Amino acid sequence: MWLLDSSIGRKLIMSITGVFLVIFLLFHSIMNIVVIISPEGYNAICAFLGANWYALVGTSMLAAGFVFHILYALYLTFQNMRARGQQKYSVTKNQKSVDWASQNMLVLGIIVLGFLGLHMFNFWYKMQFAEISGIHTGQFDPANGAAYVEDLFSNWAYCVLYIVWLSALWFHITHGVWSALHTLGLNNRTWLPRVKMFANIISSIVILMFMSIPVYYLFGCAT
Amino acid sequence: MEKNINLTLKIWRQAGPKVKGEFETYKLDNVSTDNSFLEMLDILNEKLVKERKEPIAFDHDCREGICGMCSLFINGHPHGLDGETTTCQLHIRRFHNGQTITIEPWRSAAFPVIKDLMVDRGAFDKIIQAGGYVSVNTGGVPDGNAIPISKVFADEAMDAASCIGCGACAATCKNGSAMLFVAAKVSQLALLPQGKVEAAHRAKAMVAKMDELGFGNCTNTGACEAECPKAISISHIARLNREFLSAKFKD
Ligand code: HEM
Ligand code: SF4
Ligand code: FES
Repeated sequence: MWLLDSSIGRKLIMSITGVFLVIFLLFHSIMNIVVIISPEGYNAICAFLGANWYALVGTSMLAAGFVFHILYALYLTFQNMRARGQQKYSVTKNQKSVDWASQNMLVLGIIVLGFLGLHMFNFWYKMQFAEISGIHTGQFDPANGAAYVEDLFSNWAYCVLYIVWLSALWFHITHGVWSALHTLGLNNRTWLPRVKMFANIISSIVILMFMSIPVYYLFGCAT
Repeated sequence: MEKNINLTLKIWRQAGPKVKGEFETYKLDNVSTDNSFLEMLDILNEKLVKERKEPIAFDHDCREGICGMCSLFINGHPHGLDGETTTCQLHIRRFHNGQTITIEPWRSAAFPVIKDLMVDRGAFDKIIQAGGYVSVNTGGVPDGNAIPISKVFADEAMDAASCIGCGACAATCKNGSAMLFVAAKVSQLALLPQGKVEAAHRAKAMVAKMDELGFGNCTNTGACEAECPKAISISHIARLNREFLSAKFKD
């Protein structure tokens, strides 16, 4: 299968799953920012995306996207380390034009994954999982997302953790978005700087929308 | 202005492909700044020969930046610090008195060391043999204007064709990927009507060979473009991806 045997095939899977995850993040961030504007509106969204078939299909697709992205990331990185060879250079210098993020995608991905586990425990386990399983895992009603958000971010340490997490994600996707488009062949000499700019804008919009929430609670704007 | 400087050279010595190598330090005094980098190594080798020691093996041929034979990873950069130059175009005036220069061979699983600073870049020849050519019977010389080619495509193909196959891209890439080289070799033909005929087959065959030989997966870091002595643009990599993916989807 060329999607597994060829380098560009493997990269195609990376880029499609990556773009899919970024599109998910875009929707996720738009829904989340509602919690600042109107907690009632946010709870309506939470109720709508509970244990219904469409929400479950969405969640399963998302999980599959993550699994493929991560498995391919590990496989690709392992192959790349082997291609580099046993003997390392004793002196290496970075080139000015090379983004730091592009050289550290796996590390950034692992940081994102670690915090993702925490995030799933903080919210998903107490909301969608509670609804599917019927087990009462949190102290509020599973559809009362706003209460969970407010409760978690009343702790400044969680606000800071989430801000750190989102920063790592920002680095991952600023490189990821343009790299994915490049892998799909959607680039040329004229468009290269534009595609990079587009990646920076999209990543910054998504991350700023997410980040505004812990920042909002951290500075006590809710009270 | 000519002056003489003293240098400390840390050079990788390795007796053969299977032997363990190590760095050896040499002192070279009174080197004229007018010397080229390779001339400096010649001087060192003459000195070693006079001392009845084994001279340092390194690759070179044209010494004017067109053949792609010279390699050398100098102080952390392939072909040295200067942009858009090969090792043979580098001069001692770019170094200062008392400087330590670390010289390593290309290090990449697909470029095994033959001896000292010399590596086997036969992998690139194998990739070219897999499809980097045009196999049509051209007949007599056609009229120059019989096949119109737009200036944009002609320039882009010419830029791609300036790749000298030196291997610096794969040597510097953290993923050991040869995509810049392969992209240049696919682009120089795919952009022109004569090369378009076999474009799909070429992209598939050359990428398959590249993967088979153990080069890594490109993650678009752009280090290759920054270090390429011919400043081949990574936009050619996007074209290679496009050519390859469309060929695969057509199958
Ligand atoms: C919400 C989470 C994530 C998003 C939105 C995301 C997005 C992306 C995108 C768009 C790319 C570029 C694909 C390409 O260059 O073709 C990418 C590459 C990469 N991702 Fe992720 N990713 C996420 C999570 C992860 C995780 C959890 C890991 C690892 C454990 C990971 C590891 C990697 C690696 C190693 C690459 C580089 C591979 C390459 O450029 O070819 N990512 N990611
Ligand atoms: S693309 Fe540049 S660095 Fe790579 S082989 Fe060709 S000339 Fe050398
Ligand atoms: S010796 Fe020919 S390019 Fe350097």
